[in-house]
Amino acid sequence: MLKAKQYKSGVKPIWCPGCGHYSVLNAITKAFAALEQPPEQAVLVSGIGCSSRLPAYVNSYGFHGVHGRALPLATGLKVARPDLNVIALGGDGDGFSIGGNHFLHACRRNVDLVYVVMDNEVYGMTKGQASPTTPEHWQHSKLTPHGPEVRPFQPCALALAAGAGFIARGHSGDPNGLAQMLFAAVKHPGFAFVQVLSQCVTFCPEQVQWKEQVHAESVCTDNPAEAAHFLHSDDGFAKGIFYCNPRTPWPQPHDSQATDLREGFRL
Amino acid sequence: MRNLTIAMTGSGGTGVVALGEMLLRAAAGSGYYGILRKTFGPQIRGGESAAVVRLGPRPLASFCGEIDLLLVLDWSHFQRFADEIPLSASTLIIEDTAAGVRPPQLASELLAREQGVQVLDFSGLAQAQGSAHSNIALLGYVAAWLGCDGEPLQSAIDHRLHKQGAEVVALAHNVARVGADLLQQAPINLQPPDVGTAAEAPWLASGNQLAGLGALEAGIRFVAAYPITPASDALEWMAGRIESLGGRLVQAEDELAAVNMAIGAGFGGVPAMTATSGPGLALMSEAMGLAVASETPLVVLDVMRGGPSTGIPTKSEQSDFNLAVYGLHGDAPRVVLASLSLADCHFSVAWATQLASERQTLVLVLSDQFLGQSMQVLPPLPALPFQAELSRASLPPPAGADYFRYLDTDSGISPMALPGQPGGEYTADGLEHSQSAVPSARAQDHEQQLAKRQRKLQSLVASVQWGEVSALPQARILILCWGSLFPVTLEAQQRLQERGTPVTVVGVRLLAPLPLESLLRSMQGMAQVLLVEQNHQAQFGHYLQSHLTQAQRAGLPELTCYSRPGPRLFTPQEIMQQVEGLPRA
Repeated sequence: MLKAKQYKSGVKPIWCPGCGHYSVLNAITKAFAALEQPPEQAVLVSGIGCSSRLPAYVNSYGFHGVHGRALPLATGLKVARPDLNVIALGGDGDGFSIGGNHFLHACRRNVDLVYVVMDNEVYGMTKGQASPTTPEHWQHSKLTPHGPEVRPFQPCALALAAGAGFIARGHSGDPNGLAQMLFAAVKHPGFAFVQVLSQCVTFCPEQVQWKEQVHAESVCTDNPAEAAHFLHSDDGFAKGIFYCNPRTPWPQPHDSQATDLREGFRL
Repeated sequence: MRNLTIAMTGSGGTGVVALGEMLLRAAAGSGYYGILRKTFGPQIRGGESAAVVRLGPRPLASFCGEIDLLLVLDWSHFQRFADEIPLSASTLIIEDTAAGVRPPQLASELLAREQGVQVLDFSGLAQAQGSAHSNIALLGYVAAWLGCDGEPLQSAIDHRLHKQGAEVVALAHNVARVGADLLQQAPINLQPPDVGTAAEAPWLASGNQLAGLGALEAGIRFVAAYPITPASDALEWMAGRIESLGGRLVQAEDELAAVNMAIGAGFGGVPAMTATSGPGLALMSEAMGLAVASETPLVVLDVMRGGPSTGIPTKSEQSDFNLAVYGLHGDAPRVVLASLSLADCHFSVAWATQLASERQTLVLVLSDQFLGQSMQVLPPLPALPFQAELSRASLPPPAGADYFRYLDTDSGISPMALPGQPGGEYTADGLEHSQSAVPSARAQDHEQQLAKRQRKLQSLVASVQWGEVSALPQARILILCWGSLFPVTLEAQQRLQERGTPVTVVGVRLLAPLPLESLLRSMQGMAQVLLVEQNHQAQFGHYLQSHLTQAQRAGLPELTCYSRPGPRLFTPQEIMQQVEGLPRA
């Protein structure tokens, strides 16, 4: 049985001091310890961005792929190797902008994966541009000096509409709570989505105030109408497991008899 | 040895492609060899469609320029592919009474023909049996002429229609019977092709199906793809079979997802592929670079169609060469193979499957609409020695030892641990990395990894499978081609020899890395080299020339490139004309 810190690879993160992602890394290693996760049976799959650097920092298998494609990479791996514990992760730009289509289809497809999005409402690695979750009037990017001028996505509501069976939101200021949430997400059969409010102290220093704004909610339901009502009246700072409605993961084996591949060609 | 070519035209929905398929199957059942190609407009129903069947006593892998017999169910839209079905004064035309108005230009030409037009009432015959399927009446008529209207025709009809129920099949048998009976009153004024004496029971297959067979036999157990013409039928063939082998096919949300899913599976140690066509290949380019950089086995089958952009989705062209060979960002060595015939779709994809695993990299296979969607009667294909799993260089790291996933070895191939192996934990990365798989932006690591990824492919240029050489002893002219132009070039070679001009033909299967030494060897002693390919920019020609040093050029015979785009198929006559037009040495 490994302790949480034994799940760290020893590679030094590239993150800024004070970055929320350190806490997410801690939460993942704590969850692994609680799960008694054999390191060789876990694979962390990521896209591109600050948060997507995380797999290299964990003592498990990992795949740091291309921008926006963590979910299809993880999907292929899990479908081909159902014995593995596959966790996809990345940031809000990676997951909701360039990878947005895959997010919808991963929710719908319900492969037994966990998807952790470290949401800091900004593109950090490219130095502070607006993402799909950036507030409408955030004017700190030279690329959009008047602000994005469009309303941000609500990732949890989107996940519900697209068919995710497990929807939760955590906060990097509470790594223990997040670790418990990740534990539950791994145990959930099917696709589990965890949004983590993970502050970017460099480009959005105001996010350090999030620790004052988040509030725990015990509203977990298996009723999609109730979950929708909650998520649409939510201020974006509720944390907890909002929705848990397991359905049979895809794929399930079909009855298929041994086939002579060449038979159909013979006249 | 008399071959014969029959074209069938109608609008989409009249069943000319079904007619062609059933005719080929019935003929094959009676000892003919043959090949069928399909040409469609983009519409599902109501557009133009045509099938061309060539029959003869020996295996046929290509088409010639002549159409001996044209069967017309519907003249509308015929002009749209008139240049793909060139009629001559000797083409015999048989049309249905309901075929509609003849194309005006054609009508005047037809008046002057030696062969005339035979108008027969296939739709009336079908209607009298209570059927709307004039194509089946026509099928029976032509099958009777070929002498295959007995059991072979019945079984071809059963094969095509059995899913529609016994009533439909029985009606089709009746309609075919009355069609066959019509031959007595209205004989076809043309001698049928010679029939073969096939000793072994031949196969009937499309190139796309044979590509799927090669993939599954060589060990592909994961496929992810997005539907696209003309690759979808390769995927559909595999979808019905891969699960019985313990594998899985996933229909992805787009090509970006498809290729990344295949990479994920490959990383997990399951031999994986995707299949697509030009637009999809363009979308996959970024992730194909990931397979190269992360050294993940990946097979990509590109069934080429007319491009650029949406281009001509339903018709053939060899114009994705540049994308396949050059199309990734950065220095990204990859293997590119080309299928040299329908049968070679099997071989090339199976070889690709082994190479991807053995070399831990991206292997592209270029097929095209002609190879993919044509169907051929061919001798049974041999089992191949290619196996993805056996050749994988995956070594469990010794316990307690440091494991370097991207170790700089002599061969360039590093031990590849698979998830589940304790002690092998690493993060595969598209970021440049050190030997130990830690991201690195250091010049030394970059140079080392670039060189290693290049090195692991170099030995391939010595593969005996690099290409096919058909040499004639007195030849002073070499015709060089790649991919689907090989069979038609072989036919040109045969016809040239009959005319007293022996040529040697080389079909290149390994496009990258380029087997330059083998190619130079084949050029030795030649006075002329003619390179033929089916694209507008002589893509392979430029690539080949870019590999030659000035000194090599000086010592080489003159190189002439003849390239033109699709969708017109290359004919032996066209290639012969190019040979005859070469400057005399």
